Amino acid sequence: MSDAPVKHIRTPLARVRGRGAARSGTGHFWRQRLTAVANIPLTIAAVIIIIVLLGRNQAAAAQILGSPAVAIIMLLFVASVTTHMRIGMQVIIEDYVHDDSAKLTLLMANTFFTVAVALASAYGILKLSFGV
Amino acid sequence: MAETKAPAERPLSPHLLIYRPMLTMMMSIVHRITGFGLYFGTLLLAWWLIAAASGPNAYAKFEWFAGSIIGRLILFGYTWALLHHMLGGIRHLIWDTGRGFGPNEREWLAAANLIGSIALTVVLWIVGLLAMGGPR
Ligand code: HEM
Repeated sequence: MSDAPVKHIRTPLARVRGRGAARSGTGHFWRQRLTAVANIPLTIAAVIIIIVLLGRNQAAAAQILGSPAVAIIMLLFVASVTTHMRIGMQVIIEDYVHDDSAKLTLLMANTFFTVAVALASAYGILKLSFGV
Repeated sequence: MAETKAPAERPLSPHLLIYRPMLTMMMSIVHRITGFGLYFGTLLLAWWLIAAASGPNAYAKFEWFAGSIIGRLILFGYTWALLHHMLGGIRHLIWDTGRGFGPNEREWLAAANLIGSIALTVVLWIVGLLAMGGPR
C-alpha cells in the first residue's frame, strides 16, 4: 500500500467507508444484528406461546393463536427470523460455494425458500386471525 | 465476490486441522451448524401454523408427527439448537460491543453458553411435558 503511487488525497478508508464489495456497505451486517436483537424477546415469547398450546386440541390452539396479541407476536417472530436466517444462510453460501453459477443458484434458492416459509407461516397466522 | 487467485508459492497459514480443538472454536462452528439446522426447521413452524389454520384433521396429522419418536427427537433437538443459537447470538452481540474477548471471559462465556442451553432445554421439556399431561 505505502509504496503505491499517490493518486488520491483521500485516505483509503474514506474511499471505502460505507460500501462493501457489492456497494451495499454494511447493510447485511447491520440487519443481521438488528434481527438478532429482535429475535431474543420474540423467540422467548414464541416458546412460551408454544408451551401454553401443548396438549390443547386444534380448536383451542386456533383460538389462542388467532387472538390479536398472540398473532401479532407470531407475525413479528416469523418476519424477524426469516429475515435473519436469509442473511445468515447467504453468508454460509458465500463462505463455502465458490463456483459462480452454483453460488447464484443457491442464493436464489435461499431467497425463494425463506420467502416461501415466511409467507406460508404468515398465511396460517392471518387465516387463524380472520377465520376465513 | 471478487475472484482472487493467489500464486502457489505464497506461505499458507496453518490449516484448521492442525490446531488443538478448543471449546471456543467448537462453539463457533456449532453456532453456524445450529443456524443452518434452524433454517430448515422453520418448515415445521410453517406446517404447524397452517395445520392449526386448516382444521382438526390437519392438526391431528401434525400432532401425530410431533408425538412420534422421530418427531419428539427432532423437536427436542430443535429446542436445544434454538436455545444454544440464541445464547450464542447474545455472546456475539456482547462481542460486537468490544467486550468479552479476554482469555478467561472467552472460556467462561463459551462454557456458560453450552451448559445454559442444555439446562434450559431440559427445563423447558419438563415444563412442556407437564403441560401436556395437565388439564386441557
Ligand atoms: C433466537 C435468537 C437469535 C439470535 C440472538 C441470533 C443471533 C445471531 C447472530 C449474532 C449471528 C451472526 C453470527 C456471526 O456473526 O458469525 C447469527 C447467525 C445466524 N443465524 Fe441466528 N440468531 C437467533 C435466531 C436464529 C434463528 C431462529 C435462525 C433460523 C431459523 C437463525 C439462523 C442463523 C443463521 C443461518 C446464521 C448464520 C450462521 C453463520 O454465519 O455462521 N438464527 N445469529
